[in-house]
Amino acid sequence: MSSFSALKILPSHPIAGEYRRHSTPFHAAPASRLLRSSGANYLSSTSSVTAAGRPVRVLSANVVSNEKQIGSALAAITSKEALDLYEDMVLGRSFEDMCAQMYYRGKMFGFVHLYNGQEAVSTGFIRLLTARDTVVSTYRDHVHALSKGVPARAVMAELFGKATGCCRGQGGSMHMFSREHNLIGGFAFIGEGIPVATGAAFSSKYRREVLKENCDDVTIAFFGDGTCNNGQFFECLNMAALWKLPIVFVVENNLWAIGMSHFRATSDPEIWKKGPPFGIPGVHVDGMDVLKVREVAKDAVARARRGDGPTLVECETYRFRGHSLADPDELRNPDEKARYSSRDPIATLKKYVLEHNLVSESELKAIDKKIDELVEEAVEFADSSPAPPRSQLLENVFADPKGFGIGPDGKYRCEDPGFTQGTAQV
Amino acid sequence: MAAVLQAAALLMGSQTDIKRFRLRSALRSAPVRHEGFFVVRTDGRLSATSGVMPRRAKLIPNAVAVKDDTPASSAASKPGHELLLFEALREGLEEEMDRDPRVCVMGEDVGHYGGSYKVTKGLATKFGDLRVLDTPIAENSFTGMGIGAAMTGLRPVIEGMNMGFLLLAFNQISNNCGMLHYTSGGQFTIPVVIRGPGGVGRQLGAEHSQRLESYFQSIPGLQMVACSTPYNAKGLMKAAIRSENPVVLFEHVLLYNLKERIPDEDYVLCLEEAEMVRPGEHVTILTYSRMRYHVMQAAKTLINKGYDPEVIDIRSLKPFDLYTIGNSIKKTHRVLIVEECMRTGGIGASLRSAIIDNFWDYLDAPIMCLSSQDVPTPYAGTLEEWTVVQPAQIVAAVEQLCK
Repeated sequence: MSSFSALKILPSHPIAGEYRRHSTPFHAAPASRLLRSSGANYLSSTSSVTAAGRPVRVLSANVVSNEKQIGSALAAITSKEALDLYEDMVLGRSFEDMCAQMYYRGKMFGFVHLYNGQEAVSTGFIRLLTARDTVVSTYRDHVHALSKGVPARAVMAELFGKATGCCRGQGGSMHMFSREHNLIGGFAFIGEGIPVATGAAFSSKYRREVLKENCDDVTIAFFGDGTCNNGQFFECLNMAALWKLPIVFVVENNLWAIGMSHFRATSDPEIWKKGPPFGIPGVHVDGMDVLKVREVAKDAVARARRGDGPTLVECETYRFRGHSLADPDELRNPDEKARYSSRDPIATLKKYVLEHNLVSESELKAIDKKIDELVEEAVEFADSSPAPPRSQLLENVFADPKGFGIGPDGKYRCEDPGFTQGTAQV
Repeated sequence: MAAVLQAAALLMGSQTDIKRFRLRSALRSAPVRHEGFFVVRTDGRLSATSGVMPRRAKLIPNAVAVKDDTPASSAASKPGHELLLFEALREGLEEEMDRDPRVCVMGEDVGHYGGSYKVTKGLATKFGDLRVLDTPIAENSFTGMGIGAAMTGLRPVIEGMNMGFLLLAFNQISNNCGMLHYTSGGQFTIPVVIRGPGGVGRQLGAEHSQRLESYFQSIPGLQMVACSTPYNAKGLMKAAIRSENPVVLFEHVLLYNLKERIPDEDYVLCLEEAEMVRPGEHVTILTYSRMRYHVMQAAKTLINKGYDPEVIDIRSLKPFDLYTIGNSIKKTHRVLIVEECMRTGGIGASLRSAIIDNFWDYLDAPIMCLSSQDVPTPYAGTLEEWTVVQPAQIVAAVEQLCK
């Protein structure tokens, strides 16, 4: 039985079985370390999940539910790391829950897309990165920012539209940036962040090969299943493979592009399989399990850092809330939601670390408390911060204010106090 | 003789107004040739030729890149060196790449092929394939890649093989190039140059004959300049590369073979400054890119008819150099705008409103604006010619304006 209720919509996908016969998640060079870690498990598992006459998908979480495999994957996790992962995921969850509260209380406006349920992906990848590595996100970007180290108060203040926000209130929910943390967006349109991420990866290669700098920085591009039907995704897979750019393409497949089921939108729903045609290893991972994500991420990031090129990782995940806070979320089947909430990534990690005596219950409680306070503090900070002054309106339109032109008095118009009043016409 | 004087006037005019006026009166009394064929040189000089291009007399409706046929002007004793416009662009680009290793080029066929109009010819050999990156045909993605590279420290020059192809990259140019500096609260700068051949060529068909300025002008955070001579092409290219702002550099497909003697010394132009092409008293003609040459042909006729037009190549399409434009209007009190851009929502429309807002009190007549027609550029030669403004229309407009 597939764990994907969405499959019920397509009871007899005529070619799914055919695909599966040819499906080996790894078409990469045999030397791939991915193959030797969790990947080998996928291979063996996929061959055993065919139900009679029913197209069972390789995407299933069952693929990696082998306890032995988990145990081996976890050998490298120390209690310190476990605490870090737990703290980051709890922070993401608490922060987003607080966002919902603040939205309904009228403290923030516009489209607010929450990350609840997908924390294992952000945490599993980003906590492995160095400060110099680059992250490119989507409109669902708060938690990527937090995982990369942007202070919660700066993100919250941005959401409140305050001058103390990480983008001075000029970006908002879907446009989070932090130069200090190499978070380069925050892209609100589908797919547009992927070329920018590819450019950041190109910069790393350029620094190393042209500028002769000692640079092994990696870029991670996050995007969703809906984006994988957009041309920019394929164009950038091609370019990244062509030039062996140090980038990891991470698909957060939460099965729904607003109200469009992944299976209604995509001719071949197995996204990881789209890597190999470009010469890029494609990996599928249970995105509800941070430790599995982390294992895959380690290999993909290391591969990029070594200069061996890009990896496409599909994380099967689920959002516990609607597309945005404005989404009534009426389409998704309650059974499907229930099934995924039973696989809550935070609960899963908590259970694991306790069972393996990596940390104590009290340590986790202390983290919960710490995060509660941190999020509370973020709200207080955001609430008490000043709104951006009017003089800020025309700042940052141009990096060089000459872009605003020369006034009749020969001075640049942005120097003219009257310029910020009334129209900003050049 | 007239040519030399006018060139001198031009040179001085850009330095001091007083000298400009003195020389201009000298110019007006200079003899003017009434016969033969006038070739408009890039600096606004007119040189007479006979029998070289006998197809039309006096006005050259489609005159653009004309090879210099006067051997005296290329005498080795003169300072500077002679270049075609595309070579000037390349020289500027190459100098900047020499100066700053972060400057790189990306686009279709810019590397091994040398660019569709040879602006990047030889650069891949000199700088390597990574600095002169041949990209797949994926405008949206390689433009976005350039922006990502700019955000992370490089200074890419992105070439649209034809400017019209960049419509495919409109999202990246608008939402990322134009807005990211702002939405990031000033944390990231996007020092890219987006350039390529545009404008109405010769029977290239609608899609390759785009007038894109109108589309790009309302994107916040983007600067736009249009080059028109080898001299300003090089200077503006260098300035655009050095600018911290994203800059769209418009090149005109019919001007690439213009020849001009340019200085040997290093120079950079100001991105925000208009260029005085011909000082005058009666009417201010504002133009840019290829229309500059149609205006200068019309100016020749107008001078013969006793008019003294002031011709300004506005060069900076965004922001407008209202300082130079305003000073001219305060002198002439009459304005004619001549552009190749679309009539609706074009540069001329914006320029007209900026002038009305700022210099209404100085105007003695309604501003006239000659734009190209609001049609997809037709293929047929005759229809295409009627699409863009021709010198005779400019003459008629000035006559009406100065009645």
